[in-house]
Amino acid sequence: MSVSPSSTPDRALLQGGEPVRATRLPAEWRDFFALTKPRVMTLVIFTAICGLLAAPGAIHPVLGFTAVLAIAMGAGGSAVLNQWWEADIDAGMKRTANRPLPGGRVTREDARDFGLFLSGVSLVLMGLAVGWLASALLLAAIIYYAVIYTMWLKPRTPQNIVIGGGAGAFPPLIGWVAVTGEVTAMPIVLFAIIFMWTPPHFWALALFVKTDYAKVGIPMLPVVAGERTTRNHIWVYTLLLAPFTIAPWVIGGTSWIYGTTAVALSALFVALALPVARRNAVMGEGDPMAEEIRLFKFSIIYLFVLFAALVADRVLEAQGLIGPGLLAGGVI
Amino acid sequence: MTPEEEAEFKRRQRSRNLVLAGTLIFFVVLFYFITIARLGAQ
Repeated sequence: MSVSPSSTPDRALLQGGEPVRATRLPAEWRDFFALTKPRVMTLVIFTAICGLLAAPGAIHPVLGFTAVLAIAMGAGGSAVLNQWWEADIDAGMKRTANRPLPGGRVTREDARDFGLFLSGVSLVLMGLAVGWLASALLLAAIIYYAVIYTMWLKPRTPQNIVIGGGAGAFPPLIGWVAVTGEVTAMPIVLFAIIFMWTPPHFWALALFVKTDYAKVGIPMLPVVAGERTTRNHIWVYTLLLAPFTIAPWVIGGTSWIYGTTAVALSALFVALALPVARRNAVMGEGDPMAEEIRLFKFSIIYLFVLFAALVADRVLEAQGLIGPGLLAGGVI
Repeated sequence: MTPEEEAEFKRRQRSRNLVLAGTLIFFVVLFYFITIARLGAQ
């Protein structure tokens, strides 16, 4: 990232309606911070902490903090690279037109350098402080999001969200591996939960912001396959998500606390997805899309509560207040 | 560059420098504690 005065495009100062002279100002630090998508990072940090806390064993608090920081920096770095690559697309969508790059507050070169720097530092930090397996998984997550999803899948296939969802599924896996130093069944199941959760979550959003994606030619499912197909896909993935959500309990990785929470949340998710699947409302025809918005909002609460229950389960088990899972102490 | 532009230019540079300095100090402290934690584990 350069601090040269050429960091933002010319801004003509008007005096009496006439441009007097052009000024080149360095970008504000807040704009660099905004490039890291801090709101998305909240969920990343939360699931990473949950993976860290739910893993069997212990990690020094400083190293645990460093692991979460490295994951957040890696997520931030890949988000910056995502916006660097998609600056033109973002400029064409109302929701993203005022981001630092399309808004002209940060140059593409600065964004690219910042993204690469942030990603690189996160990998070194994770490797030195926590371990190189966790660092390798973080690298995989960054490549998955910045290259496989952003550069390759998103502009090419309406299934972009399905495969791209893997990028968001890495944080709990990395958090878990930071503690245990190995990849076992439970962190893979946690990965699978977020992987399966992403399609219904994102397609619900895509249903009520469809016009934006259509405008810039991104092949989101509602754009290329229609709303009916999207609703069917939301329904199928919601049904597929349920067994993965309940799996940690079934395989004995958790107790009844997580189990009952998972069953209740899954039932609610299905109950809210059903009206979305059965409707024939079309965006732009005066329909407020209330069911779709409700499903999208619930899907976020769903993930927070599910992972909170996972941690609560582990904490109570560690304190001896509840019994261990069926296969606790085994390969879980 | 007008005085107003120059003032804004310096304000932005100053705020970026402060954030950068804060970040560097944070990482110095963090690496100190990481070292202590790693040595303690051995």
